[in-house]
Amino acid sequence: MSKENKENGKVSRRGFLKAAGGVTFAVAAYALLPKIPFGEDAQASGELVEQTVSAWVRIDTDGKVTIFNPAAEMGQGSMTALPLILAEEMDADWNDVVIEQSPIEPAIYGSVMFGGSRRMITVGSRAVSGYFDSLRTAGAQVRKMLLQSAAKEMGVAAGELSTEPGTVVHKNSGRKLSYGEIAGFMKVPENPPSVSPSELKDPKDFRLIGKVDIPRHDIPSKTDGSAKFAIDITLPNMAYAAISRSPVHGAKPKLTNESAVGSMKGVIKTVTLGHGVGVIAETIEDALAAKMAMKLEWSGGDSKGYNSQNWMPKYATVAADPAKAGRTQENKGNADSALASAARKYSADYYNDHVVHAQMEPLNAVVLVAPDGKSAEVWAGSQAPDSARTAAAAVLGVPRDNVKFNQMYLGGGFGRRSTSDYVEEAAELAKTVKRPVKLIWTREDDITYGMMRPMSLQRMEAGVDASGKVTAWRHTIVGTGGGLMTSGADTQFYTFPNQKIERRDTEHGIRTKHWRAVGHGPNKFAIEAFVDEIAIGEKKDPYKFRRELMANYPRALKVLDTAAEMSDWGKPSSSGRAKGMAFAERSGSLCAGVVEISFDEGRIRVHRIWCALDAGIVVQPDNVKAQSEGSMLMALSTILHESITYKDGAVEQSNFDDYQLMRIDDTPELIDIRLIPSTEHPSGVGEAALPFMGGAVANAFFALTGKRLRHMPFTPEKIRAALSEVT
Amino acid sequence: MRDISLNVNGKRMSVDADPSTPLLWVLREKLGLTGPKYSCGIAVCGACMVHVDGKTVPSCNTPVSEVLGTEITTIEGLSENGDHPVQKAWIEEQVPQCGYCQSGQIMRAAELLADKPNPTRQEILEHMNRVLCRCATYYRIVKAIERAAEEGDS
Repeated sequence: MSKENKENGKVSRRGFLKAAGGVTFAVAAYALLPKIPFGEDAQASGELVEQTVSAWVRIDTDGKVTIFNPAAEMGQGSMTALPLILAEEMDADWNDVVIEQSPIEPAIYGSVMFGGSRRMITVGSRAVSGYFDSLRTAGAQVRKMLLQSAAKEMGVAAGELSTEPGTVVHKNSGRKLSYGEIAGFMKVPENPPSVSPSELKDPKDFRLIGKVDIPRHDIPSKTDGSAKFAIDITLPNMAYAAISRSPVHGAKPKLTNESAVGSMKGVIKTVTLGHGVGVIAETIEDALAAKMAMKLEWSGGDSKGYNSQNWMPKYATVAADPAKAGRTQENKGNADSALASAARKYSADYYNDHVVHAQMEPLNAVVLVAPDGKSAEVWAGSQAPDSARTAAAAVLGVPRDNVKFNQMYLGGGFGRRSTSDYVEEAAELAKTVKRPVKLIWTREDDITYGMMRPMSLQRMEAGVDASGKVTAWRHTIVGTGGGLMTSGADTQFYTFPNQKIERRDTEHGIRTKHWRAVGHGPNKFAIEAFVDEIAIGEKKDPYKFRRELMANYPRALKVLDTAAEMSDWGKPSSSGRAKGMAFAERSGSLCAGVVEISFDEGRIRVHRIWCALDAGIVVQPDNVKAQSEGSMLMALSTILHESITYKDGAVEQSNFDDYQLMRIDDTPELIDIRLIPSTEHPSGVGEAALPFMGGAVANAFFALTGKRLRHMPFTPEKIRAALSEVT
Repeated sequence: MRDISLNVNGKRMSVDADPSTPLLWVLREKLGLTGPKYSCGIAVCGACMVHVDGKTVPSCNTPVSEVLGTEITTIEGLSENGDHPVQKAWIEEQVPQCGYCQSGQIMRAAELLADKPNPTRQEILEHMNRVLCRCATYYRIVKAIERAAEEGDS
């Protein structure tokens, strides 16, 4: 690897606006991004809001092109994909492109930048789809300005000029000007020229998007230890902090041995917060020792008395109780009467336990408050850096612009890092000392004070007419977490003439949160397993049965047919193995998959996965595959292993010894992914391949054993119970 | 607190630390070697893996007093220019996603290939089972180790 490449692997932060020579373009762009209300109760509203951003591009006289990345980089690859979209329309030579993390520093860079936007957020697989149009337009505007300057310099009409990567070409005379040469003389107009959609490239002329596998920008630095996460920040005179938080959410703390803790080695002070007690110390080991030594009494608590395992059976009672009718998500035709008059009826209950994000980098943040208390600097990895900055400013009682936010690489997000609680805590502690403070959550903190994917029950009911057509579909979701539970309950590509989807809320006082693909994991598991149950009941092949349901949707059919073909669906697996199929859409992408499993020493083994994905135009094909592989295996982790339980309001698990994540020995021998060629607008890929997995594994298990698994995770105990069921 | 002398990445380094301090905190917070990561603190996730005399050790629960007189290697010292065959294979296969566990993965994989230049798939799984990856980059980890082994042959 060359030195230059290594340099590229780093998120540097040179203030290139101030650099001498070259030109800088600030091109207004618009992105459709999800509206997420501020604060802990933030739930996906599904609403998209248009926001103005400014895409900054700089061209140096040596030809170097610097492009800012506005999205959080948490492993999904957006920091490469977004600049690549702009570079495509600008016709930059990718070898000349340097990517920098967009600063969230309006005090220095002015309020028109990305940081000036309130909703700078990376969630819901929307970075590429949200920014695609605007970054293309921005790139085309830069190209147009380069062409106009070159035309003036050459004394020819701009219409006679064309571009090759990094170069303006006058075909008639054979003259060329490199972008770097143009940067030496050009004056950037105050108002960038407008670009109409017809001036954008025809996708068949793309040189970068989907055409070549461009390596991800951040990867070299993630192989040699140089990538910087917030937890890696060290500042002169930095102190360390840890917090003991309420085991029962909402309980108020009282530290009963404050003087003993305060006199421990290295302890600077203890700080009582609303939800716990923090300690600031000279070293991390001093802070952790003091945290361990705290004697705390807790009073009250919103989740007091919550026993998750006792609630599971109660959910069924709630689902059955007509008086508990909740929010109707969908009501088409008359599902109740269609069900009553159906020739054959099907019903089944599906369950999923709570799961937690368990991103490998525990939550942490570094905050430095100025001696006068009027400004501060934050280092954190956040999916919502602007909200985080606002939250820190609110804690410190200073204007938002007085907080400089340094966005770092995120050691996993998955929805956890779009809440700013950890940044607020660090600010709260840092304001009590005139030193930089690094707050680290232990793994135990991260799990016991986690924000969970809701535990839920999906009650599925369907009615089929004499010809085998599904006439009624009723889906009742019961659980805690409100709107988090409903994403993916709709069956966008299955046609049911009468359909009712309803949500019935229970309240347990715990913290719930978006977890990769949100409700799609549990809902698509229930839907796809239930579709399989109906197909088998109707003596139809599950693949052909799905084809009937999605007959009106050619894109969905194509995806399903591709997965069937890839997996040789019609051909039975070898002895001891069986295949299961499922289909799911998420963030606009369509995904069908087939898994092949065996059952070995009480464990499900997934041997092969075939997956077809239609994500519209794919910007970086290899990265989309990587995201899909990760999504499928993260799904498998929740399907086979993960379970958070509560006892008397407290989380019972605390670390990776009792909260099991999938390890490498569960990895299938084959993961074959085919991307369906498309000219449609790009859709999300960070979660698309996750939701189908639950149904596919459950359906394969039925094909193998004749037994149904209806409660994720499919632990050895649950598998044993299913196998001993008499059918 | 006392002056402790360590041999890290081929250099003699001196730190002020309590002998019971986990090696991880010494490396990260005192020596500025932040490649090894804190994640579980109880030696079950492997993000903190370093080599001690060529063998992977979870630095998060190894007291610094236990590694006196040993040769400690962190990801920063695995190769001069980030070009150890495992690191090169990791880039070729585009393994990392969030990247947080990858130092541990790479150190573990380097140990495997040093012992067994041509591991079977089963040997790879068994050896690498020690290190968690929440992004679940496992499929590419296997491919990268197979690639590094293959390139070691040629």
